[in-house]
Amino acid sequence: MSTQDKVIAIIAEQAVLEPSDVTLDSTLEDLGIDSLGVVESIFAIEEEFDISIPFNANEPEKSEFDISNVAAIVAGIDKLVLEKA
Amino acid sequence: MKRVVITGAGTINALGHSVAATLAAMREGRCGISELDFRDVERLAIRIGGQVRGFEAEGRFNRQQMSLYDRFTQFTLTAAKEAIEQSGLEFHGELSAKAGVVLGNSGGGMQTLDENYRSVYEDGKNRVHPFVVPKLMNNAAAGHVSMQFNLKGPSFTVSTACASSNHAMAQAFQMVRSGMSPVMITGGSESMLCFGGVKAWEGLRVMSKDACRPFSANRNGMVQGEGAGIFVFEEYEHARSRGAEILCEVIGFAMSSDAADIVMPSKQGAARAISGALQDARISASEVGYINAHGTGTAANDKTECAAVADVFGPHADSLMISSTKSMHGHLIGGTGAVELLACIMALRDGVIAPTVGYEEPDPECALDVVPNEAREAKVDVALSNAFAFGGLNAVLALRRI
Repeated sequence: MSTQDKVIAIIAEQAVLEPSDVTLDSTLEDLGIDSLGVVESIFAIEEEFDISIPFNANEPEKSEFDISNVAAIVAGIDKLVLEKA
Repeated sequence: MKRVVITGAGTINALGHSVAATLAAMREGRCGISELDFRDVERLAIRIGGQVRGFEAEGRFNRQQMSLYDRFTQFTLTAAKEAIEQSGLEFHGELSAKAGVVLGNSGGGMQTLDENYRSVYEDGKNRVHPFVVPKLMNNAAAGHVSMQFNLKGPSFTVSTACASSNHAMAQAFQMVRSGMSPVMITGGSESMLCFGGVKAWEGLRVMSKDACRPFSANRNGMVQGEGAGIFVFEEYEHARSRGAEILCEVIGFAMSSDAADIVMPSKQGAARAISGALQDARISASEVGYINAHGTGTAANDKTECAAVADVFGPHADSLMISSTKSMHGHLIGGTGAVELLACIMALRDGVIAPTVGYEEPDPECALDVVPNEAREAKVDVALSNAFAFGGLNAVLALRRI
């Protein structure tokens, strides 16, 4: 599975949707994921990819990790995985 | 109904090992938050907290006591001694039979849990000390206070996360007000500053890595603290007849539940607790001069709390002062309302309002007088203390100058 497929699977599960309902330009808000759901999704991504994502729920917009849509999350993960390797 | 007054106070927290030292620090606007120091701290992303420094349990407690007292119990007993000594009370006969202790606490003996899980899981040991259970149970501190001071009346521990102490003090208040007991020892304590305790909080992603800046636009989360605050709640005539020094009067309280979300605060739930406390105390909103805020320094709490205060007080919200001392001592979770009650006592008794330190940028969503960075002199007749917990469980106390 590609990074994109894995991320879509995680986000779809969090949003209680089918993976086909999640697209690269979906935002977490569009999918009905609230702030607690965002924190859970980030935890699931960290576990899946064995990375640490810098994210503070008090200031999500200031995080170095862009969660503005699914494509941004995928790009951010690929960068962190590369940095770790 | 009986009137209830406070005739003794004790504390230990990151600002000081006594009420005098703590209030002096609050007057100076000194911050007790610094780099955490305990085993495995390097494996944490959050490495600051309001840790109690220079507290040596050895020498203070004997070997047998040490084997039974988790750090939260040690803090509780230290603060209880200060409070009860100040009150001048000794518990014998009928007073002993009726007086009890109701304490707030959330994590119980978390240091004991952490050490013993490490021992059996990480070190692979198959044997633990025989007193692990009586040391870690949440009611251990209340039990030891009852034993040490001969309190034979109603005693228990209240656990409502960040509102534990306020719920506990509300219970003690009711017991004295109803005439059930002439004296109750109350307050709360917490000691979660260990690897497991901070790691669990880290997971929520609401902790700040650098500072607790309540109400400031650039606030970025809460900072944990530890310690205890203990008070003697006494029936007014009982206190007067023995010539006790009265610190202030407790005049009302209210509790409410948001019934909405396990972690996100609700403006309506908070507002119902605040207005409920005013009704219970039979006072008008305009009499309140100071509110010790829950003020955690998270994005969500501070704006919700300010909106609740604005709703309840209307135009008077702009003339009252509201500060968060968590900016100095950190968030003591189950013990926090107790330590924060000291700021209310200082406001009523000494006319000094503790500041919200670390305040850097005004936030239009927190547009109240938050007493930024420097303490202020002001005559206050009535003060409130807010506590809004995870679980959506709220408790607000009202106090009056006497």
